Amino acid sequence: MIRVENLTKYYGKRLAVDDISFNVEKGEIVGFLGPNAAGKTTTMRIITGYLAPTQGNVWVADHDIINHSLEARRQIGYLPEAIPLYTDMTVRSYLDFAGRLRGMDSARIIARTDEVIEICHLEEYVDVIIGKLSKGFRQRVGVAQAIIHEPAVLILDEPTIGIDPIQVAMTRQLIRELGKDHTILLSTHILPEVSVICQRVIIIHEGRIVAEDRIDNLSSMMSGSQRFRLQISGPVKKITERLQKVKGIINVSYEESNYIIECAAGQDPRRQIMDEMVRGGWTLLSMEQIGMSLEDIFLKLTAEEEADE
Amino acid sequence: MKNTATIALKELKSYLASPMAYIVTGIFMILTGFFFSISSSTYYETSIKGFLEPGNLLLLLLVSVLTMRLLAEERKMGTLELLITAPVRDSEVILGKFLGSLGILTIMLILTLYYPLLLIGYGDPDIGPIFTGYLGIFLLGSASLAVGIFASSLTSNQIVAAVVSGGILFALWFIGYTATFLPEAAGEFIGYLSLSYYYPDFMRGVIDTRGIIYYLSITALFLFLAVRSLENSRWS
Ligand SMILES: Nc1ncnc2c1ncn2[C@@H]1O[C@H](COP(=O)(O)OP(=O)(O)OP(=O)(O)O)[C@@H](O)[C@H]1O
Ligand SMILES: [Mg+2]
Repeated sequence: MIRVENLTKYYGKRLAVDDISFNVEKGEIVGFLGPNAAGKTTTMRIITGYLAPTQGNVWVADHDIINHSLEARRQIGYLPEAIPLYTDMTVRSYLDFAGRLRGMDSARIIARTDEVIEICHLEEYVDVIIGKLSKGFRQRVGVAQAIIHEPAVLILDEPTIGIDPIQVAMTRQLIRELGKDHTILLSTHILPEVSVICQRVIIIHEGRIVAEDRIDNLSSMMSGSQRFRLQISGPVKKITERLQKVKGIINVSYEESNYIIECAAGQDPRRQIMDEMVRGGWTLLSMEQIGMSLEDIFLKLTAEEEADE
Repeated sequence: MKNTATIALKELKSYLASPMAYIVTGIFMILTGFFFSISSSTYYETSIKGFLEPGNLLLLLLVSVLTMRLLAEERKMGTLELLITAPVRDSEVILGKFLGSLGILTIMLILTLYYPLLLIGYGDPDIGPIFTGYLGIFLLGSASLAVGIFASSLTSNQIVAAVVSGGILFALWFIGYTATFLPEAAGEFIGYLSLSYYYPDFMRGVIDTRGIIYYLSITALFLFLAVRSLENSRWS
């Protein structure tokens, strides 16, 4: 549905996006993850036709954004990073304008306005001037604007930034719902967000894609080393020392009354751990294998990137 | 065409919803009314020269204020991102903005019809120069709007837009007066290019097609430049 090929963007001499390529298939929700200044917004602005690429091209539903820009843009609903609101309009007249810009006729706009107002929980604010809305509600109006014309593709640039936790949860729920009949690319630098909403993640750092995979694959793929979480009753210091001596264990840490141990790839120290505990007279309450969190993956990937340079 | 109308209508509505258009219209009415009432041409010639003559420079100034926000504000507020990622051509955006502001200019000029109506009520004015005078000020106004929109497309700062627009307009107006200091051929050429060159003809009641074509060309030229400037911002 979205095909990005060899996209490069220079701002003057500054390289913001460096030869990236990826696809988003129909019906997918893909997370575009990266730290500040990674090039997320730049990439999204190119996909939506707000900026022209320096090199490369983008196809949205098989229309390329350079030569068939209007057709491509027709397929897209876009929530920019800075929500594009006319603060002197009411929510209703703003949605009406947004609908008309996308070529909808009056009857359809009226019907759809009621629907998106309900979807985005804006019932009480339809006739309020946008300038008087709080950040969270402006955010919802931004989403309403992006979906009013029922676009095939949704591009959401940091849709949960700057709103309170309850509304974040609501917005995430909403995005998952929308994912049922839209193809969605959403950017974020919040790691758990991706695992909650997305099926696939593309990690971008300093303008380059450093990883791209399904969420579940990614964590197992990345764990070249394995990690276990243990609960043991007994003296922390002694146990830690003993664990460190076990063959294959690289690192032991104690967090929130759990021991987290990291072992070298291909090693399974579980049997030996049990033996050691019995020998020390401590009770092993539980032991489970844990995948790497996205945070770990992210730090690892970006660290590797830097080491390569 | 539909997109152009959508944008034009939105601009017109937002003009009518904000104090700026009312302030500008108010100033225009008060000042032109004042000049009209003290001008001897009003009483001795029963003409609207008293309104049209000082009205022109005032118009250049006020148009710069009216148009300054049209694109600069969109850029600043980020709404340009909605506007130009919608399936709308850049030319439709610019044309819509132009027609919306032309709507306000038209309303402003309709309000001034009060002056000729007074003349008709109390005297027997020559209708010809009134008609051509209005045509002239309307054409001048529309050319100025195009210049203002171009200036507004260059920046995200409204004040800068107004100053640039005013600068271009006054330069184009007064460049005609420098003609007398230049060698004849050059002077004549520069004169032709000046916003002020054809204006007196319209006030006198003469319809000069070259004048009409001139003002329309300036309008088209600056609207075209505004479209290019909008396109260019994608390549930043
Ligand atoms: N209009 C611009 N002119 C010049 N440089 C820019 C412009 N926009 C972005 N950049 C630069 O390009 C790089 C990528 O920026 P971009 O906004 O795409 O990052 P991002 O991943 O969206 O970051 P964030 O998470 O902070 O939103 C940054 O170094 C930024 O300074
Ligand atoms: Mg960004």
